[in-house]
Amino acid sequence: MILPQIEIQIIAALVAMACSILGVFLVLRKMAMISDAISHSILPGIVVGFFITQDLNAPLLIFFAALTGVITVILVEYIQKTELVKEDTAIGLVFPVLFSLGIILITKNASDIHLDVDAVLLGELAFAPFDRIVINEIDLGPKSLWVIGIILLIIIILVGLFYKELKISTFDPSLAAALGFSPVLIHYGLMTVSSVTIVGAFDAVGAILVVALIIAPAAMAYLLTEKLKIMLVLSVLVGVIAAITGYQLAHLLDASIAGSIATILGLFFVLVYLFAPKKGIVARYYRTGRQHLEISLLSLLLHISRHREKEERHVDHLQDHLNWNKSKAKKLLHHAQETGLIEIQNQIISLSPKGKEFAEASINFILENQEHRIALLKRELFLKQ
Amino acid sequence: MKENIAIQVDDLTVAYDYKPVLWDIDLKVPEGVLMAIVGPNGAGKSTLIKSILGLIKPIAGSVRVFGKPYKENRKRVAYVPQKGSVDWDFPTTALDVVLMGTYGNLGWIKRPGIKEKKIALTAMEQVKMTDFQNRQISQLSGGQQQRVFLARALAQDADIYIMDEPLQGVDAVTEVAIINILKELRNRNKTVVVVHHDLQTVPEYFDWVTFLNVKRIDTGPVKDIFNDDNLTRTYGINYKVALNQ
Amino acid sequence: MWDSLKLIFTDYTVGVITCGTALLGAISGMLGCFAVLKKESLLGDAISHAALPGIVLAFLITGTKSSSGLLIGAFLSALLGLFWIRKIVTKTHLKTDTALGLVLSVFFGFGMVLLTFIQKMPDANQAGLDKFLFGQAATLMVEDVWMMGAVTTLSLFVVILFWKEFKIMLFDKDYAHSIGIKTKLLDALVSLLIVVAIVLGLQTVGVILMSAILLAPAAAARQWTNSLKNMVILAGIFGALSGITGTAISASSAHIPTGPVIVMVAAVIVIISLIFSPERGYLFKQIKHRRNRNDLKLKKTLQLMYNIAVSHKNVYHPHSVKLLNNFRGYSKKSIQQMQRDGWISITGGMWSITPKTFEYITQSKQQQI
Repeated sequence: MILPQIEIQIIAALVAMACSILGVFLVLRKMAMISDAISHSILPGIVVGFFITQDLNAPLLIFFAALTGVITVILVEYIQKTELVKEDTAIGLVFPVLFSLGIILITKNASDIHLDVDAVLLGELAFAPFDRIVINEIDLGPKSLWVIGIILLIIIILVGLFYKELKISTFDPSLAAALGFSPVLIHYGLMTVSSVTIVGAFDAVGAILVVALIIAPAAMAYLLTEKLKIMLVLSVLVGVIAAITGYQLAHLLDASIAGSIATILGLFFVLVYLFAPKKGIVARYYRTGRQHLEISLLSLLLHISRHREKEERHVDHLQDHLNWNKSKAKKLLHHAQETGLIEIQNQIISLSPKGKEFAEASINFILENQEHRIALLKRELFLKQ
Repeated sequence: MKENIAIQVDDLTVAYDYKPVLWDIDLKVPEGVLMAIVGPNGAGKSTLIKSILGLIKPIAGSVRVFGKPYKENRKRVAYVPQKGSVDWDFPTTALDVVLMGTYGNLGWIKRPGIKEKKIALTAMEQVKMTDFQNRQISQLSGGQQQRVFLARALAQDADIYIMDEPLQGVDAVTEVAIINILKELRNRNKTVVVVHHDLQTVPEYFDWVTFLNVKRIDTGPVKDIFNDDNLTRTYGINYKVALNQ
Repeated sequence: MWDSLKLIFTDYTVGVITCGTALLGAISGMLGCFAVLKKESLLGDAISHAALPGIVLAFLITGTKSSSGLLIGAFLSALLGLFWIRKIVTKTHLKTDTALGLVLSVFFGFGMVLLTFIQKMPDANQAGLDKFLFGQAATLMVEDVWMMGAVTTLSLFVVILFWKEFKIMLFDKDYAHSIGIKTKLLDALVSLLIVVAIVLGLQTVGVILMSAILLAPAAAARQWTNSLKNMVILAGIFGALSGITGTAISASSAHIPTGPVIVMVAAVIVIISLIFSPERGYLFKQIKHRRNRNDLKLKKTLQLMYNIAVSHKNVYHPHSVKLLNNFRGYSKKSIQQMQRDGWISITGGMWSITPKTFEYITQSKQQQI
């Protein structure tokens, strides 16, 4: 691997880290689409900044663009406050307008601005190593490496300093306010950092794919854990791995780097979505099947325990009263008999002592919101056999 | 004891995400009663009525309306959802909302005509909202919005009225007006089932009551079963706090 | 701009294109109302981005830029995106915004990867695909417009046929279900119509900005009316207007893609509606607010005068204007205004209240009790 390739991967990894840390907070605060809005609406800011500086990595341009991002957030919130349109509609109205403005500015002044629309959408990661900082003839590395590195450092410092505040204001805004952390301040702080990060990442991966780097790692981490700290670590890990794998894929296929990273993120997400240990589709499918059986079984036991009349306890009666089809009724009866919870005599069902104990204890656990103890009870009872 | 059973619930068990919210509920609501369903938050009151209406699929159990499954007798049932469940900024007028009450009888594709409009206007008159018929619904007060919802149910001309907290957030005048309409319905041998929060007013407003807290605790005439014992069993020993709320 | 508008009626090609954008604006404006009322404003954004890989794949497979092939690709891909969003929201604890952003960016990214393959093809004329990013109305053919017309008519027919059902489902889903309306089916039908409108617009407006054409006319129309029917009709008109004007402006300058211009025109309509619409508009609310404040001030002044007047045996007895000097609500102009409106009568430096004032204040005092 040659140096520029390594540099590109380092830049991609740094961008992924910055985005995935930020993404955790945006996803948890249900503000994922705000990142999409910001990434589009900073365009006019970038164009104006580029018009002045002629350099996509100039601090002034980053400032302009970030300012546009914050203005977007304020504008969206202002429109929402008028209650003239629905909340989502405000977002959906503001960013296409600013984005359109940016595109028109670019195409109108195509001869003056050497800013490619493709670059805006896809970034120019492949060219990043060629724009270097050279001071006193000493090569300090690619400019965008420095830019995103500094942004990442700022994010890490801010998250480290305000971790507690961020956590509380994310999970319980009213508590945060009561404790004296201003949720408004934290909100706008986060929005400012988001804008700066998106601007920094924009140059590397473009307007739309920065959204993938913000949302996908955080979404995966959220499917894997519910602890904030672990979520942050997982999100960064997934983001960096996807960035590097994505680069390799792009290299292999000779395709767009940013597009490949997004594709890899998508593939990773499908895997996590399907196979996450607790929240994944497969795990969920098996669990719901088992839970359905459990609850059905409990309602059967409860039904039997509550009724002394023989007709309510008749085997054929289950279909009518519990509204179960024949196979379900049969399966459950079989299961209950097997585990020794019920006894059947002359087609009449009655609870065994064990069944009685289990039914009574279970319903109490449910009433007291302690369903998890049912599993323990089950283990205890069924091991006693 | 009244003869006909309007609603019969047998062994109903409902779970959200496999967390049980209703456990093996048996309930018989006789025809012609004005019944309150009471219970603490999370007791499954809304879930119970939504299951009766077929909006939620239960794990076990069955519901019968005048002896038939809900689907077959749906035209005899009118539902008043919680006021907060809809978007009141929806571009429509009070009369339009009440007209929706006639849609069930119209069937697919057919449009409401003069006859339906007459029904809707009569219903609006019953709740004294005729003057507001052309108001955009967001411009109505909370009490007026609730009256509109009630009028929509009245326009259905059903035999059973099932209401989810119709007195939530309404002014005192509207509360009395709504209760009077409900009592009038009961006097015409209609069955009215109301999810109710204010325990203090139960004896005054209702003649039948169901205590619910995941399990059905008791059901019957208010004068017989609305007592300390049932309240304690439903709300716990601190039920007096609930009473005074 | 007027020159370009004239062009619409004289030039055949421009006429065709304008017909197309007008149709597109109208249908997406109308269906956009449903999206907005379903509170799924941002869904359109995700769906339109999700269409990209389908378009590119269709191109790779068929090797032609024939619109119908690409549209089918776009349609299938958009449906897949929609389906996955729904699955993520219902089957996991991830929220709608996360699902939207995820599908949007991942599908788009994948589309970009596929695009690079096309760019590498020997006789790549990928300009035809660029139009799907930002739209180029100039590429609209007569057949495209016919198809748009057919789809628009069909959608309109469905909307009119199930109008009553759509309306009740959008307003109160649970209630609709309780009276036997098949809400799930209708919900799917509405989503399908929205996907169709989006796919239809991709060629003209592009994947990135299509959602704005869906939302903007609906948001603007909502400000002018309180009836769903009028809102849908008005949104159709606003959409068509944006389409026609946008095309005209874009046609007059070859470099600017159509999508952004149409969006800007639609945005202007939204801004005008938010500010100037009667009843809901910002300006109206400000005027109402000010009027209320003035009314309150007048009432306070009248109350003071009333209190002074009733202290005398004869309430209509004149008092000196100087008596009012210490009162804040008083000014020479407001006194003159009050005289003109018949609240008081002034002779020399003396004022007295009129029977109108006496009744008004007495009544309002009674109401307070």
